[in-house]
Amino acid sequence: MTDVRIAGVGLTKFGASPERTGRDLFAEAGLDALDDAGVDQDAVEALFYGNFMGELAEHQGHQGPLMAEAVGVDAPATRYEAACASSGVAVAEAVKNIRNGERDVVLVGGAERMTNLGTAGATEALAIAADDLWEVKAGMTFPGAYALMANAYFSEYGGDQEDLAAIAVKNHENAVPNEKAQYQREISIADVVEAPMVAEPLGLYDSCPISDGASALVLTSEAFAEEHDLDAPVSITGTGQGGDLMALHDRDYLARSPAADEAAAAAYADAGVSAADVDVAEVHDCFTIAEVLAMESLGLFEVGEGISAASEGKTTREGELPVNLSGGLKAKGHPVGATGASQLAEMTSLLRGDHPNSEYVEGATTGVTHNAGGTVASAVVHVLEVEQ
Amino acid sequence: MSDDETYDAGYDDWLDAVEEGEAYYLEGPEGDGWLPPRRVDPATGSRQLTEKRLPETGEVETFTVVHVPTPAFEQDAPFATAIARFGPARITGIVEADPSDVEVGMAVTVGVMETETTGDRAVVFRPQ
Repeated sequence: MTDVRIAGVGLTKFGASPERTGRDLFAEAGLDALDDAGVDQDAVEALFYGNFMGELAEHQGHQGPLMAEAVGVDAPATRYEAACASSGVAVAEAVKNIRNGERDVVLVGGAERMTNLGTAGATEALAIAADDLWEVKAGMTFPGAYALMANAYFSEYGGDQEDLAAIAVKNHENAVPNEKAQYQREISIADVVEAPMVAEPLGLYDSCPISDGASALVLTSEAFAEEHDLDAPVSITGTGQGGDLMALHDRDYLARSPAADEAAAAAYADAGVSAADVDVAEVHDCFTIAEVLAMESLGLFEVGEGISAASEGKTTREGELPVNLSGGLKAKGHPVGATGASQLAEMTSLLRGDHPNSEYVEGATTGVTHNAGGTVASAVVHVLEVEQ
Repeated sequence: MSDDETYDAGYDDWLDAVEEGEAYYLEGPEGDGWLPPRRVDPATGSRQLTEKRLPETGEVETFTVVHVPTPAFEQDAPFATAIARFGPARITGIVEADPSDVEVGMAVTVGVMETETTGDRAVVFRPQ
């Protein structure tokens, strides 16, 4: 299968900018990606764009053409929605589009404006990723759903709040040098376990923040990159998407994420790699427990063993397999529609050697990104490899 | 804001049935249990779904205490939300108990409550 080159990446700073419109956020990320790629906007043949709650946050549907216009791209533009996996899905579709030969240059990314809704409004908006009839009407919130998974995990495999706290501490530590991150500050285990509860056992510091932000990637065919002598050493070599039943209570497992198992298996097979080849991972840690489920689905840890990976130092920046060197959703922030593509942007920088945390993955060749929607009813995994 | 004006066929029919003491689930050909409205059994893809009486008693499999609710539950928080198994069907509901008394394995019955915030109907679990 033809590999797809990541020619350029762009990210806004993630954080609270409630006054900034989605179109302005995406324009910044998109233009930065084009500049990074050295590709003119006139060369872009399509926009694949992820966004989740635009109707609720900005009263704005039909965002594809709006975002293309914002970056000066005159080409077909489509919005993809898969809750928090929206731009991960957009990337997967863009990769297929280049591979099938339809296009040579596409812009892909996502944006989300959330903080203008306030905490209550954003909580309500995020909840629409769950089953409205059978979950939301029974009082379920998004943190609540992951809390149900966390307690199920504790019951089945063990672990406790301090194990989860070690994940938050690790990801905050990783975010300190990342200027794109929402929280560039360290926290302690005590800060996490003593924080106000959101949905037990998940407290404020187990939860990703509410964020505004955008991400973008310029993807090209290998032929285009070579013809135009682009400096694009990182390729997407594998892509996979998985799905599951919508409501958590209808799933086979309450403490596992089979959709991500499927996505990982497909992405690894596509790339011709295995979990053992992975040097570094960016995973969807919307809540601390989510990082555990993600790593187990990716096969980086056995089921039931991911819970102690951070507390044992295995996934810290000095560990054998650094996870979320960007700071993750937890500390980098989670503007949901931007998150999936932002993971590939961060991974590209890590593998190219121009990320503030690249020093911790010197010599790394293979990275994996994991993006989840809802309580992992949608999951997208990508394998990225860098030319040595 | 109440959404009582919207009647969701299947869902509201089921709440009516629960209020009348006739709770049911939809059973697929291999014995899996689901909540309505459904035309297809997710486990097998079969369109043969049969209404069966829901067991009187269920068991809490996991729960959380929600401290930061959606606006529709603002005055109800904190409350415990649980997933309970009733035979082959699992259901999500609010536990009508002091949140600190809720535990995995707790036996519950299913009912319908009106939320404090909006007065909307919601699935409730009552400890046995």
